[in-house]
Amino acid sequence: MGYNCVVCVKQVPDTKNITGEAMKEDGTVNRGALPAIFNPEDLNALEAALAVRDEHGGTVTVITMGPPAACEVLRASLERGADDVVLLTDRRAAASDTLATSYILSCAVRKFNPHIVFCGRQAIDGDTAQVGPQMAEKLGFTLLTYMEELLGVTDGRLRLRRNAGSGWEVVSCELPALVTVMETANTPRPKAARKIMKFKKARGAAEVAKAVADAMPDADDAARRAEVEKRIAALEAKGLLIKQWTLDDIEADLEWCGMSGSPTKVHRIQSVVLTGGEYMQVEPTEEAIAELVGELIEDHTIG
Amino acid sequence: MIEANRQGEVWVFAEQTDGRLSDVPLELMSKGRELADTLGVPLAAALPGADVGELADRLAEHGADKVYVVEDERLGHYQTAGYNAVLCDLIGRYKPQVVLFGATAIGRDLAPTVASAMKCGLTADCTDLQIGDHTDPVTKEHFEKLLLQIRPAFGGNIIATIVNPKRWPQMATVREGVMRMSERREGRTAKIVRSEAKLDGVTLPLTIEEHHRRAKKVNLKAARVIVAGGAGVGSKENFRLLWDLANVLGGAVGGSRAAVDLGYIDHDHQVGQTGTTVRPALYIAVGISGAVQHRAGMQESAKILAINTDPEAPILSVAHYGIVGDFQDVIPKLIKAIRGGEHILQAAEEAQA
Repeated sequence: MGYNCVVCVKQVPDTKNITGEAMKEDGTVNRGALPAIFNPEDLNALEAALAVRDEHGGTVTVITMGPPAACEVLRASLERGADDVVLLTDRRAAASDTLATSYILSCAVRKFNPHIVFCGRQAIDGDTAQVGPQMAEKLGFTLLTYMEELLGVTDGRLRLRRNAGSGWEVVSCELPALVTVMETANTPRPKAARKIMKFKKARGAAEVAKAVADAMPDADDAARRAEVEKRIAALEAKGLLIKQWTLDDIEADLEWCGMSGSPTKVHRIQSVVLTGGEYMQVEPTEEAIAELVGELIEDHTIG
Repeated sequence: MIEANRQGEVWVFAEQTDGRLSDVPLELMSKGRELADTLGVPLAAALPGADVGELADRLAEHGADKVYVVEDERLGHYQTAGYNAVLCDLIGRYKPQVVLFGATAIGRDLAPTVASAMKCGLTADCTDLQIGDHTDPVTKEHFEKLLLQIRPAFGGNIIATIVNPKRWPQMATVREGVMRMSERREGRTAKIVRSEAKLDGVTLPLTIEEHHRRAKKVNLKAARVIVAGGAGVGSKENFRLLWDLANVLGGAVGGSRAAVDLGYIDHDHQVGQTGTTVRPALYIAVGISGAVQHRAGMQESAKILAINTDPEAPILSVAHYGIVGDFQDVIPKLIKAIRGGEHILQAAEEAQA
């Protein structure tokens, strides 16, 4: 028996590698200048789903919510072996906090009626680790957080080893289940060369529209629309059209999406302004360092 | 979701494993006490588990006015479904205005589940909590005495203050060590409110086949001296020097998130917003640039020495001493000076004797 898996992934700014170029003059981060990457632990989630499919059959569907540019992580998923991908993009979903995001994603997941949902433990741009557990609650799936090793799926039961904070445990449960996956769970497979050749041309409708607008700056709307339709039809014929859904497609109740669906509000944002350090500069010489150590011993900081 | 309830209590989820309270709920009691006093409401602990009644005294001694005890065999080993059902039942019945959780493996599993079920807000990994007023920037609606949930966000260059004006309770998680545990007041008592676990119709879906405790590799909170390294250390091998320095000082080794992510050191050693918050007598930051998430976890150290090749590194803004230079050159000099210092101390002690 095969298992159908859905993987929820996120495109995130690479907060781990903030370079000087990404800093604005006032010391804040210029998000636009940060490279966008596949959230690292979501790659582990994808790998877990691919492993289940490779062993038992079934399908792997990857869903992401974000702007059209997030198609990049969907192509990367196809290149690693995903069977189907969906971009959820809708301006009405903007400003969603974790509760609204989990609601929207759970509406999309329901469309696939999966046996297992895999998510990365957390995204590196927020580190909240909330969306996975909240989706499980909304879907009514059994929640398994912090998977460290997938031990297998047999006769409709999922077995895995998870990090329990003060230790680890081996647990099993009936499906359906939602699993959040840690970086240590597996090694994500590289993209397959053959699939890169095939899927590098995969595009979502919004990406096509943007490409057409860029290519035909002087054309009128009707001409552009015709070109977009032509290109979309061509992509579809080759199986290279990335599905693009709105909140209407997943029948989401708008009250629970975006701003109105988000109980948390931003009260204040403060830029971290570094005041000039009042520190004592110690020269890296033997004498200066010995003097510093002497001072620390004298005031009983060490010794 | 419950309605905003101005008389609602401030609650702390009293996390325990095998009948032993974790540190975090006790740390949260001190912050909870402060919040409850500002709001003029009682501070309570929610204590679900099997055979945990005795822990109520501990919670009282650390500041709880009330302890909601829910004992049931089925709550012996943590499972999301059981704890979620119990907490949602308690929250629905007693309508607290604030519920705080430790950002532990259990807290980070349970809090979002409860928030989803209650359809209320939740802010993760807060580094401070206060009470304050909020005016909606669009509707100009004014809210008094909300829980201000403060956390560094997005690459650490901003500090965000989050509020949850309408859909209560207001919930937040806080990492271990962030709040200081207050003194235990022996003999202080709390009102005990016992209720039954409402678990009818709740299936506990997990079969726990094996369970192993794993001692933490290091207790950073207890270390007097911490030598911590960042990405600038360059490799796991280079970290050896930091271990040497820590050994000479009788201290522990810590790491920034970058160092942990790069595999230079194990996550148990991570200092910062998503690791451990520390306040040692001396914190030596080696090759750590000092993102706000890291600084949030160490800036209350009594003395901070930063060693960095970059004279502009943000870590220097919180340092007491800064050495601009290559740690591979500086650390051996430090070790030599400390060894020399030991001789001086010994000589002085011998002279006194």
